[in-house]
Amino acid sequence: MASAPEPLPALSLENVCHRFGSPARADTALANVTAIAPAGAVSGLIGPDGAGKTTLLRLVAGLLRLQSGRIEVLGEDVARNPDAARARLGYMPQRFGLYEDLTVRENLELYAKVQNVAPQAWMARGSELMHMTGLAPFLGRLAGRLSGGMKQKLGLACTLVRIPQLLLLDEPTVGVDPVSRRELWSIIDHLVRTERLTVLVSTSYLDEAERCQRVLLLHEGRLVSATEPAEFAAQTRGRSFQVSAADIGKRQLQAELAQRPGVLDATIQGSSVRIVTAAGAPPPSASARASGRALSIVAVPPRFEDSFVALLKSGATAAAPEVPTSGERAPLAPEHGAAPAPAPLPAAAAEAEPVILATQLTRRFGDFIAVDAISFAVQRGEIFGLLGANGAGKSTTFRMLCGLLPASSGTLRVAGYDLRRAAASARARIGYMAQKFSLYADLSVRENLRFFASAYRLRDPQRRARIAWALEEFALGAHADAVSRELPLGFKQRLALACALLHQPEILFLDEPTSGVDPLARRDFWRRINALAEAGVTVLVTTHFMEEAEYCDRLAVLAQGKVLATGDPDSLKARVRSAEHPQPTMEDAFIALLEAAEQPQAA
Amino acid sequence: MNESLERLSGLLRKEGLQILRDPSALAIAFLLPAMLLIIFGYGVTLDPHRVALAVVSEQPDALTQSFVAQLRGTPYFSTESFTTIQPAERAFDADRVSAIVWFRSNFTRQGFTNGAAPIGIIVNGVDANTARLIEGYLQQTWANWLAMRSREHGLPAGLPIDPEPRVRFNPAVRSRDYLVPGLIAIVMTLTGALLTALVIAREWERGTLEALMATRATIREILLAKLVPYFLLGMGGMVATLVLAVWLFGVPFHGSLLVLTGVSALFLLAALGMGLLISSVARNQFVAGQIAIIVTFLPAFILSGFVFDIGSMPWPIRLLTHIVAARYFVATLQSLFLAGDIWSVILPNALALAVMAVIFLGAARLRARKRLD
Repeated sequence: MASAPEPLPALSLENVCHRFGSPARADTALANVTAIAPAGAVSGLIGPDGAGKTTLLRLVAGLLRLQSGRIEVLGEDVARNPDAARARLGYMPQRFGLYEDLTVRENLELYAKVQNVAPQAWMARGSELMHMTGLAPFLGRLAGRLSGGMKQKLGLACTLVRIPQLLLLDEPTVGVDPVSRRELWSIIDHLVRTERLTVLVSTSYLDEAERCQRVLLLHEGRLVSATEPAEFAAQTRGRSFQVSAADIGKRQLQAELAQRPGVLDATIQGSSVRIVTAAGAPPPSASARASGRALSIVAVPPRFEDSFVALLKSGATAAAPEVPTSGERAPLAPEHGAAPAPAPLPAAAAEAEPVILATQLTRRFGDFIAVDAISFAVQRGEIFGLLGANGAGKSTTFRMLCGLLPASSGTLRVAGYDLRRAAASARARIGYMAQKFSLYADLSVRENLRFFASAYRLRDPQRRARIAWALEEFALGAHADAVSRELPLGFKQRLALACALLHQPEILFLDEPTSGVDPLARRDFWRRINALAEAGVTVLVTTHFMEEAEYCDRLAVLAQGKVLATGDPDSLKARVRSAEHPQPTMEDAFIALLEAAEQPQAA
Repeated sequence: MNESLERLSGLLRKEGLQILRDPSALAIAFLLPAMLLIIFGYGVTLDPHRVALAVVSEQPDALTQSFVAQLRGTPYFSTESFTTIQPAERAFDADRVSAIVWFRSNFTRQGFTNGAAPIGIIVNGVDANTARLIEGYLQQTWANWLAMRSREHGLPAGLPIDPEPRVRFNPAVRSRDYLVPGLIAIVMTLTGALLTALVIAREWERGTLEALMATRATIREILLAKLVPYFLLGMGGMVATLVLAVWLFGVPFHGSLLVLTGVSALFLLAALGMGLLISSVARNQFVAGQIAIIVTFLPAFILSGFVFDIGSMPWPIRLLTHIVAARYFVATLQSLFLAGDIWSVILPNALALAVMAVIFLGAARLRARKRLD
């Protein structure tokens, strides 16, 4: 290692393995991870939930016993000399490690003392941190009362009271609004530039890979790639295209393109479809047609995710083989689907009464207004998104829509029922899938299905038929008697969706359905949701996740309980298109909306 | 060393602020003990009081009247008069009365001829403890009455011996006087074991302990920062209970405050050791609370001699009480309050407490690692 011409890496991992549980029935969290993080650079530890990111960071921080392999932090062996290694690193755990009943100042002072920052040094360091994070006006506020973005910055400031040489951040951007997310990244960049800090940051957002100088891509405990992100993305250069066609629904277009030979991946992006072709496959010709319509095909620069999906699909890793890839299976047939009737034409549906209609919907908790006079309408068969950061009012709106929380004022009609008067009748038409997949972890797949079927009052011939349908449709048959707790994340998600669809609801509510899920499982999930929407089921999604927003027909962007804008993804993005931003992302659009909303207050 | 003190002071300050701002900590440390004190001080008493008594006088006369008056004169009984046994037995069967005193028609005649007139006593034995107490009270009242009569009439008493009982150490025989001192053990178990286990589990739940472990703070500083504030809180609870016991409930305190403080400190250290040990196993508040209640609070209540006499427990359970720290503390407390500094009681119990404190704190220290697994 010393013979290497480049400087010593800040972090080196050699054959790191980690298992949880008893030796007899152990879960492998990490398998033979060998990697380095170069000094003075940002390395991203990227992978879906359950990939082993947190385990790896905790091993580096010396918080878990190293079972096998070797970890060196700035030349110190973590297993042999944990205190010396720990003294040189800063670690921010997932929920920022803040004391919510202490104020911002008290939290900072605690960490300053615990890290032995001398009082004189703290004067200077403290004001520097205040300046960097913009927390100065909130010093006296309890940490529990800060917004998600503020908590994240305070957590970061607490780990930076003494400048570490290696900074470990565990999913610092989860649930945080995109403005704060961008600010965090610019703080990190600033630190790396001015302090020559080495940063290892974990994230499940693939789009954050591009902000790192080096990416360690984890999948199911294995390091599948350790490169520069641009280099990784370049693997699919010349294979990414944006396809659109007039007069064909985007979902139909996506389903058709996904089945074509040579197409590795097809995802909806606003009103067009983004495809990635297989290596060696000919690029789609300009004369290609779908459903007899001419297609317009534009080559687009490759994204990090394209290469990741290509890698997973080419079978280079031990990706779960059970996850069916699009095209291998027929889309949901309407008679199997949840809709009682075949899909009406979208044009006809638009004229009918909206399935969900919120008018001036408001919810107060004491003098706090969680939802402030929001209005929106969702048509049958539409996928409608509520996009916003944690604390924007999504969950409160969701609970009111489900009839779990009465509105303070305003009206809310769901499936033709006024929720004030007939919440129970409306609820019978609703399927709900909670964020954390609220399944009974101790019950088997079949027992969970049976329980939810009886909770929805399905009686026997029908009940048995629906459970058989769920097991077949969601490819859960082989695991019918497995305990839910032990299922992989993607399976849990499918089971949760199956449970929500047992009573053939007209409306499906999804709460952050695919955040943290690996890209293949996310594609599989949205393929099912798209088929349901085509069959006439109305889908309402809440998310803080830009990628999920792209799958929606229309969106309401929420911040601080207010709707900032409503529209389809393309029109929202089009608002911020400019000379320097010819291809704005959903995140660009969201940030522009947030900034515009703050302008009048500042003036 | 200086740096270590610096870190410790930061952690202690944090802990203090959290205790002051957390209503649930204050509730467990002060509200719950106050409620227990009021319940045990006013409500729960093991002494029968105003027991409903049926008095059957088949031939009421001056003699029976005088005995009934004697019964009424005590605070223990409220009487209901009958002239035949049948309605009295119906009242007894319906549980309107707990005991029957039966003067047969030949009572007065026999009383004057033989000098020993029999009375019939029937006591409801469902609650054996109360039954024995009622029986004892009745016999005592009977003996007092006989003694009084013999004095008044200058006659030799019907009974050759004067059966006046003597009760030592608790002359008022008030169960409150031995229940309330034992409460100090309960209060200290609450703050030492339950509250400590809960607050550490909360730090696990919120991920703050994980953040602290990645700092320079050593595990010894982290543990010490939990021990010191809850030690002070527990001693505060002891003082508050003592003050209320003596001033509000008039419980006597015969021992010395110094001994009480010393023994309380030993017990509290053992309780804190248990709390720390529990929190090293249970990392969420629900489990920590359950374990703390089952292994510390309930044994302190049931197996410590606080309510139930250890001597009358079957031997396997008696054996079990030896691993309950509260047992040694309750024995010391009862003798400190009711008898004084009885060194033959205090020293062995204090020694047992010291051993337990060392074992629990030592085990907690050995188990604690700056690691999550």
